[in-house]
Amino acid sequence: MNLTNNTKVAVQDLHLYYGDNHALHGINMDIYANQITALIGPSGCGKSTFLRCLNRMNDLIKSVRIEGQVIIDQKNIYDKDVDEVAVRKRIGMVFQQPNPFPKSIYDNVAYAPLKHGIVKKGASCDELVEKSLIQAGVWNEVKDKLSEPGTSLSGGQQQRLCIARTIAVEPDVILMDEPTSALDPISTEKIEALMLELKKEYTIIIVTHNMQQAGRVADMTAFFHLGDLIEYDKTETIFINPTKQKTEDYITGRYG
Amino acid sequence: MSHSTDNPFYDPSLTKRHFKAKLFKGFTITSIIFSISFLVFFLGDMVYKGLPAFQQSYIQIEVEYNDKTIKSTRKAIDRKYRKVVSRAWLRDIPKRVKAQHELMNTTQTTWVLLNHQVDQYLKGHYYKVKDKDLKLIKQMQAEGKVEQHFNKIFFTHGDSKIPENSGFKSAIVGSILTLMITMIVAFPLGVMTAIYLEEFTEDNRWAQFIEVNINNLAAIPSILFGLLGLAVFISLFGMPRSSPLVGGLTLALMTLPIIIVSSRAALRSVPDSIRQAGYGLGLTKVQVVQDHVLPLAFPGVMTGSIIGLSQAMGETAPLIIIGMIAFIPDTPDSFFEAATVMPAQLFTWAGMPERAYVERTAAGIMVLISILIGLNTLAIYLRKKFEVKW
Repeated sequence: MNLTNNTKVAVQDLHLYYGDNHALHGINMDIYANQITALIGPSGCGKSTFLRCLNRMNDLIKSVRIEGQVIIDQKNIYDKDVDEVAVRKRIGMVFQQPNPFPKSIYDNVAYAPLKHGIVKKGASCDELVEKSLIQAGVWNEVKDKLSEPGTSLSGGQQQRLCIARTIAVEPDVILMDEPTSALDPISTEKIEALMLELKKEYTIIIVTHNMQQAGRVADMTAFFHLGDLIEYDKTETIFINPTKQKTEDYITGRYG
Repeated sequence: MSHSTDNPFYDPSLTKRHFKAKLFKGFTITSIIFSISFLVFFLGDMVYKGLPAFQQSYIQIEVEYNDKTIKSTRKAIDRKYRKVVSRAWLRDIPKRVKAQHELMNTTQTTWVLLNHQVDQYLKGHYYKVKDKDLKLIKQMQAEGKVEQHFNKIFFTHGDSKIPENSGFKSAIVGSILTLMITMIVAFPLGVMTAIYLEEFTEDNRWAQFIEVNINNLAAIPSILFGLLGLAVFISLFGMPRSSPLVGGLTLALMTLPIIIVSSRAALRSVPDSIRQAGYGLGLTKVQVVQDHVLPLAFPGVMTGSIIGLSQAMGETAPLIIIGMIAFIPDTPDSFFEAATVMPAQLFTWAGMPERAYVERTAAGIMVLISILIGLNTLAIYLRKKFEVKW
């Protein structure tokens, strides 16, 4: 399978330091378009840190220093002429805890597109809100209560609302940081089905603690350990026939 | 009989431990009872002393209105009443005729304000009234021509050297004008400072330096702010002395640290996930802070500001320094006129020898405390109303 033409995100020799702590040791990784790439590994291995490098969320932490390149669509997002706000608009993010704004369901989705000037107030905005909520698979549950606060929904609905909010700004890539770890199995199943649906249009990168989840949804899986990318390959290869001993030990539950 | 054998839960040390727990509970309850009884005693005493001030004694007599009595107002009433009627009431006769022309050249039977000594006698307090006048009052009282009416003067007049003519209005208005200045200056400055310190600056030496200074500012004795106001606003900038403008600015300096500290606490209590969500959508810092963080922090910001406001309202010392302790009979109607504030007025009255001022002091405290309780209730209400449930 030749995927090189399909590369969406190319990470080259990425180092990250929290002050003096060297947290990521020269990561090289190509992430392909319209695929789900799962990042797995034990706690503290750097997978979430790595994910946050991809939309420059780590810039918010003052002690962080980053070296290397993250090339998205042929442009290094750490170049001086790239504004991190623009990066985050095109690389959306869904967090571990559902974190809707304390506003109405409608405003949760509409706020960012209005600010980015994607739509104007009125019919086109209504349309975008509806489209995003439909895409996120939560429309039927919320269509009659769009003016109610987003926080009034259940956890699973809130998380899908957050996904709707993310896709409403029309990103290319969606980063998900353990999006189902705070949810019950049924909500998790819905989110997973949603991811498989969304990968037709978006490139999805997901951090997960749940190896079954990686096995169920991911096309590619990367195994991180102590700041190193140990192994990165097609999901079935990682799970059935890993080349590295550490990967096999983790997959078979010898540690983690 | 031995507990240890038939009761597996028997523990001989428990009796003592339970006793200690009860003793400790007793101590805590005692301290609560103490503080509540102090409060009840204080409030009760204030109400007991202050309530009579809301009533004032009047006498029903004939008053003559004509050219002669307008020139010499003492002559408007019968000679025998001259020692019991209020000088202030007589002094206002020309004003009254001016307002009501039809009074001219008539003789009216009206309720006339009695002077404070007679009033104190009627309220059963210490008094200095001559026997002759006392007899007259007793006689009029028997005829039902002496009555206690609601003391409108207290709410419609400013301070006066004639006790029965003195009121709290100019102090109330002075307080309102002063606190308007305080809020206009301190609220935006305080909230903006808090936003900068909490959302924009990194935790470096500079920020720590500012933080230490703000905490120091909150601990400075308030009288020093008065000196600062005197030196800077009055001497340096030449602003009018005793004015609500200077008073308000001085109190704003005092209120700033309270608003900053409470606003910072409110901003810090906004979960970081909200900011992350905003940044994750490609929003700028201003959009995140203004539209998502600030609305969540707002109840806390409001509560802190109102508490700062009520503290400023009760502040006296710095205002004495800048001259807001002056004798202010007329209600100020601009920020630049000499004015006084409620606590300063109370301070002035508390130093007066006449008994009538004692009850006015207590009544003024009741007004001040009612406003403070009202403000604090508003703070609690706002917090409850706008608090976002998670």
